[in-house]
Amino acid sequence: MIFGKIGYFSLLFSLIFSFLILFIVIKNLKNKNSEIKQNVYYFSFLQLLLVVLSFLCLVLSFVKSNFSLVSVYENSHTDKPLFYKIAGTWGNHEGSLLLWLVVLVIFSFLFLIKTKNVPNTYKLHTIGFQNIIIIGFLSFSIFTSNPFVELLPTPEQGLGLNPILQDPALAIHPPTLYIGYVGSSIFFSSALAAMMNRFVSKEWARSIKPWIFVPWVFLTIGILLGAVWAYYELGWGGFWFWDPVENASLLPWLASTALLHSIVVLEKRNTFHSWTIILAIITFTLSMTGTFMVRSGILNSVHTFANDPSRGLFILVFLISLSLLSLIIFFLFRPSNVAFKYFNFFSKETSIIVNNWFMMFFLISILIGTVYPIFLEVINGSKISVGAPFYNFIIIPFVAPFLIFMTFGPKLGWIQSDFKKLIREIIYLTILTFLTLLVIIYVIGNIKITSVLILFTSLLLLYSLIIDVLIIFIKGNKSFQAGRLISHLGFGLLVLSIALNANLSVEKNLNIKVGEHFEVDKYKLFFENLIGKTEANYDAIVGNFHLLDGNKDIGYLKPEIRVYHQPPTVTSEASIKSGVFRDFYITMTNIKESDYFNIRFQYKPFMNFIWFSALLIALGGLLSIFKKDKIQL
Amino acid sequence: MRKKIIFLINFFILIFVAIVFYKGLKLDAKYSTEDLVGQTLVNFSTTTLNNSSGKLSNIDIKNNKYSIINVWASWCGPCRLEHPIILRLSRHKDLNIFGINYKDKKKNAISFLNKFGNPYKKIGLDLTGFLSVDLGFFGVPETILINKNEKILLKYVGPLNENDYNKIVSRIRE
Repeated sequence: MIFGKIGYFSLLFSLIFSFLILFIVIKNLKNKNSEIKQNVYYFSFLQLLLVVLSFLCLVLSFVKSNFSLVSVYENSHTDKPLFYKIAGTWGNHEGSLLLWLVVLVIFSFLFLIKTKNVPNTYKLHTIGFQNIIIIGFLSFSIFTSNPFVELLPTPEQGLGLNPILQDPALAIHPPTLYIGYVGSSIFFSSALAAMMNRFVSKEWARSIKPWIFVPWVFLTIGILLGAVWAYYELGWGGFWFWDPVENASLLPWLASTALLHSIVVLEKRNTFHSWTIILAIITFTLSMTGTFMVRSGILNSVHTFANDPSRGLFILVFLISLSLLSLIIFFLFRPSNVAFKYFNFFSKETSIIVNNWFMMFFLISILIGTVYPIFLEVINGSKISVGAPFYNFIIIPFVAPFLIFMTFGPKLGWIQSDFKKLIREIIYLTILTFLTLLVIIYVIGNIKITSVLILFTSLLLLYSLIIDVLIIFIKGNKSFQAGRLISHLGFGLLVLSIALNANLSVEKNLNIKVGEHFEVDKYKLFFENLIGKTEANYDAIVGNFHLLDGNKDIGYLKPEIRVYHQPPTVTSEASIKSGVFRDFYITMTNIKESDYFNIRFQYKPFMNFIWFSALLIALGGLLSIFKKDKIQL
Repeated sequence: MRKKIIFLINFFILIFVAIVFYKGLKLDAKYSTEDLVGQTLVNFSTTTLNNSSGKLSNIDIKNNKYSIINVWASWCGPCRLEHPIILRLSRHKDLNIFGINYKDKKKNAISFLNKFGNPYKKIGLDLTGFLSVDLGFFGVPETILINKNEKILLKYVGPLNENDYNKIVSRIRE
């Protein structure tokens, strides 16, 4: 069909334009102090147009169920709802790569037209590096993962989309995450360009800051959506698996969180030059490594797509070349900390350094846990998997001191601080937190010492922020850092909710027949009956469970066992009764050739708090983009 | 000079990572036990349930024309379902049935056998789960049929049913 052809040729031409832009940029850079040629803008616009056109062609092929394309045939079906036909576009390797490209060119183009008041050579260098990345991914798409490969003869029907991917959260999870991943390419290119032009300065920090915050916000939401999907769809009741691919998204998040703290120091105090540059490079490299690990099939995980090794090799070569390039540029043009300024130990700068150390510690722990199995297998052939116990053991004890620094760090001034006020605050806060903690321990009863520490420190952070917010409202103070307050509030609430959730959750796993009932704590569940159900793309058996809390009627939970038609797959659909303070979660699987069903029932408090606090973190980032902070010097 | 050394260290780390990732690409990341059929059983040896000085090992496999190794546990519901079939299989002369008791409590395992019958010639203990992984099992129940030469002929994941029974019986009558 015609869309396939248009899409393919659009991709080819955008590759040609990318080379052209790179060529013009290099020529443009040869004569110093000249204006940026208009051609760069024109061709960049054409490049953008063509990539978007190509993507739209693929979306249309999916919508119209054009099975003459291999990617449509393998991942779609005429019976699928329209929403999932569209989402199917990026539910597979080829399509998701095209989406990746769309995001990449949009970011490049926006950077080109939006960035003003910076040296032209810096801007040209950035666009140059950006086009090297675009050429890399375009070639990757065209030569190893072409979404427009045709199939002859055209099949009557498609194979369908993997049912566990047919979920609203997952339909928007990849695009959101991609904006986060790909967005980091801008500050990577910009960091390299800034070094080459000796432009690593306050002005650079100010101009690049929004380009760090935007991808960070998307990355945060992307990770959140992934967690929500895992909770609803994977039928296990957990929201974070420490799966290597989840880790792959967390690593750039940690690096860019460190980066957006250090960029503020660079902007306000004109120090941390090299460190900020290193973080910018690391963030993008980790995003690329994440992509490599997901796309190459080097890891075995729920996310792995079907792969062939040539793809992995291509990304690997590309990843290593970019890392090598940035390494060389860094050592040739390393910014010297001439503007190093003395600062007191008890100052904001110190607390941000400490924040960065913690981030690096978390990052390195998770990185080791993620790649260690690969290294071990290559070196001595043994297969191991690193799971939750490792991460819990390594990370949890360090969250407590991290939260303490998060509580008091921002209260310190730049350069030097007022101690008397601070000590008074510490005393009040500690008393308040301690009292609350006693109440919580009384309610929970038996509790581990690490949990006590986490609860204490997260409460401390929350109280201190709530008091800050109250003071702002009482005094009517107009210049305050809303973004920082909300993000930190979200983070404190997140840690608190996870800790409470982990300590108060109740779980019961048993085999049961229709007509029987069971009790867990004060909850009673009656397995009343089974109902058959037929939908467009699947058949299902629905279990009817009546839930009572003591004598209070809570209602019905209806877990399903679904049999999808295309491709034929059996999945267990969890039933969740969600409330403000708690979720009831139930999944059901059938036991082969018997009347019994295996039931997993869970009482999970504060789940909605976890989602909400992650949203707060993202919201804070969003506010930081729009709000111009006053420079406090 | 110092700058150069730091650069070189970073450079070699990068090259090392590249080599490891490159080699990693060629490894099969998927852990599957289905291709166990046709392979030879690995060497193993473990203590038995009833007798702490007794051993279950490859030597036992050689004693009869065919053997079955069945991984089970008293806490596993599906094991209960397939138990009658294992009992029926134990009546065949040319076939020895060995159990591997997976991550179980001794007391519970014995009361399970007292209640439902004991089809096993010997039961090896696997308290940690490592033995089962070495043998190529990743859950309970799982069953393999082996011949005298320790070649794995059939493999079943999940409880055995009537069809599986017939298939095993026709295989040992060949």
